[in-house]
Amino acid sequence: MIRLIVAMATFIGLCTQAPAERLITSVSSSRVLITSSYTGAELVLFGAIERDAVSVSRAGTYDIVVTVRGPVSPFTVREKLRIGPIWVNADQQKYVGLPGYLAIHSSRPLTEVSSKPLRERFQLGLMETVAARGGGGAGSEERRQYFHNALIRLKSNARLFQSNDKGVVFLAPGLFRAAISLPATAPLGNYEATVTLLSDGAPLATEKTDFEVVKTGFEAQVAAAAFGQPWLYGLFTVLLALGFGWLANYAFRRD
Amino acid sequence: MQIYLPIAELPVSIFLIFGMAAAVGFISGLFGVGGGFLMTPLLVFLGIPPGVAVATGSAQIAASSMTGVLTFWRRKALDVKLGLVLVGGGIVGTFLGVLFFNAMRRAGYFDLVLVLSYVTLLGSVGGLMLIESLKATFMPKRVKVRKPSRLDGRWWFETLPFPVKFERSGLMISIVPVIALGLFIGFAGAVLGIGGGFIVVPALIYFFRVPTAMVVGTSLFQILFTMIAATMLHAVTNQSVDFVLALILIIGSVIGAQFGARAGQNLKGEHFRLLLAILVFGVAVRFAIEIGVKPNEPFSIEQQETRQ
Repeated sequence: MIRLIVAMATFIGLCTQAPAERLITSVSSSRVLITSSYTGAELVLFGAIERDAVSVSRAGTYDIVVTVRGPVSPFTVREKLRIGPIWVNADQQKYVGLPGYLAIHSSRPLTEVSSKPLRERFQLGLMETVAARGGGGAGSEERRQYFHNALIRLKSNARLFQSNDKGVVFLAPGLFRAAISLPATAPLGNYEATVTLLSDGAPLATEKTDFEVVKTGFEAQVAAAAFGQPWLYGLFTVLLALGFGWLANYAFRRD
Repeated sequence: MQIYLPIAELPVSIFLIFGMAAAVGFISGLFGVGGGFLMTPLLVFLGIPPGVAVATGSAQIAASSMTGVLTFWRRKALDVKLGLVLVGGGIVGTFLGVLFFNAMRRAGYFDLVLVLSYVTLLGSVGGLMLIESLKATFMPKRVKVRKPSRLDGRWWFETLPFPVKFERSGLMISIVPVIALGLFIGFAGAVLGIGGGFIVVPALIYFFRVPTAMVVGTSLFQILFTMIAATMLHAVTNQSVDFVLALILIIGSVIGAQFGARAGQNLKGEHFRLLLAILVFGVAVRFAIEIGVKPNEPFSIEQQETRQ
């Protein structure tokens, strides 16, 4: 039996002539459907590290980093400062290239997985991603860093930014799993999960897979009407309001 | 029980929103105010995007003022003529308000303008009413002494050109200050996302001496038409009217408004004014604290609106 598997593996290896490790990934659902009872979603990403016969045997262990990015959504971070007797939004930084949802799961703490320059280059980490994609905002480097920190804190509180260094679990030496948790406020649109395989701090392979978050049924129809037939939608809402106002008056009238 | 809002794009608790709407509806029915100055901040506090809160709130205010208008109409406690003049001025004011709103938004001062306007407007209106009604409640004699002077103590603006007779309210005043009031309400309403009832009611009582019985109905009449226009305007220009949220708010508030309107009938004039004054002044204090006290979280994130 074992001999058969080895033979098959060798055969496949010879046929594909893949230079090294290969990643195979799959998400439990390619479409997250938003219905009226939607309160967020949990997805699972599975992956396998495929080694062929020509792969060099490695001394170190494998590390997996799974980065899930939602659609890009521009936003502004503002800071309130005291001006005279009142607190007002005094300083701000604009972010245009960041995803509305960002989750970074890894099998070990990212600082152990790879070196700082590599983490920055491959955006392995929340701060690394914000610094790389945040855009060249105004102000000094310290000032920008200050805003980056505030942004990550606020987004993390809303669970729109997540960083989990135990988020990738190895089920077997070549088989892993990562749980993706979408809060209800995660933006709608296309999501991309990038899986990176590293060993001894060096990236060996990456694989991308995607899924989308869409409205369905009644929620989709309402949104379509609001954007497609705004006059009719507005008129309908007004008539509904007046109708209910009249109905309540009629139902509760005593005089 | 959670329900997902299709336009606001987040789930909310039905019972929480419903209860809140009923409470605001009660206040709205009691005082003849739209309740927008309570509803909009409450919705934003619950995490509804401000644009959706303002736009959807206008549909809810339309519904609860419709109920009120019908009740006051049957009681003949409504001055249609006065209401129509206010609506006329209000339409022009709304238009100017939208222009101002857009200009401020572009300049980036909108948040500050909003909070400062709330504090100044609610604070001054509420403060004046509070002083007056406290005097009336605790020193009723002084008010009685003043009453005869009502005939000769006309405001300067009442004798401006174009006098019009408002039979229902027993008034004979110039149309100019009435249109100006409507204009101001329309302007403030568009900028602040409110119906303006808390300005109309005291203004009609103190400046035009409209009988208290007639004030609430007339104010609701004016609010009804302004909010119908606002709902349509929001639906067509920015698509932020959330139908599902509107439905919950409407059902909650129309029921609340019924009980409010009934409770209002048993209130004495002075008590009515005192309670409204406390409410308006309280909201002003709440906003003053917001900008006057060091915030726990000095940072905030504003999502850029993505046009679909």
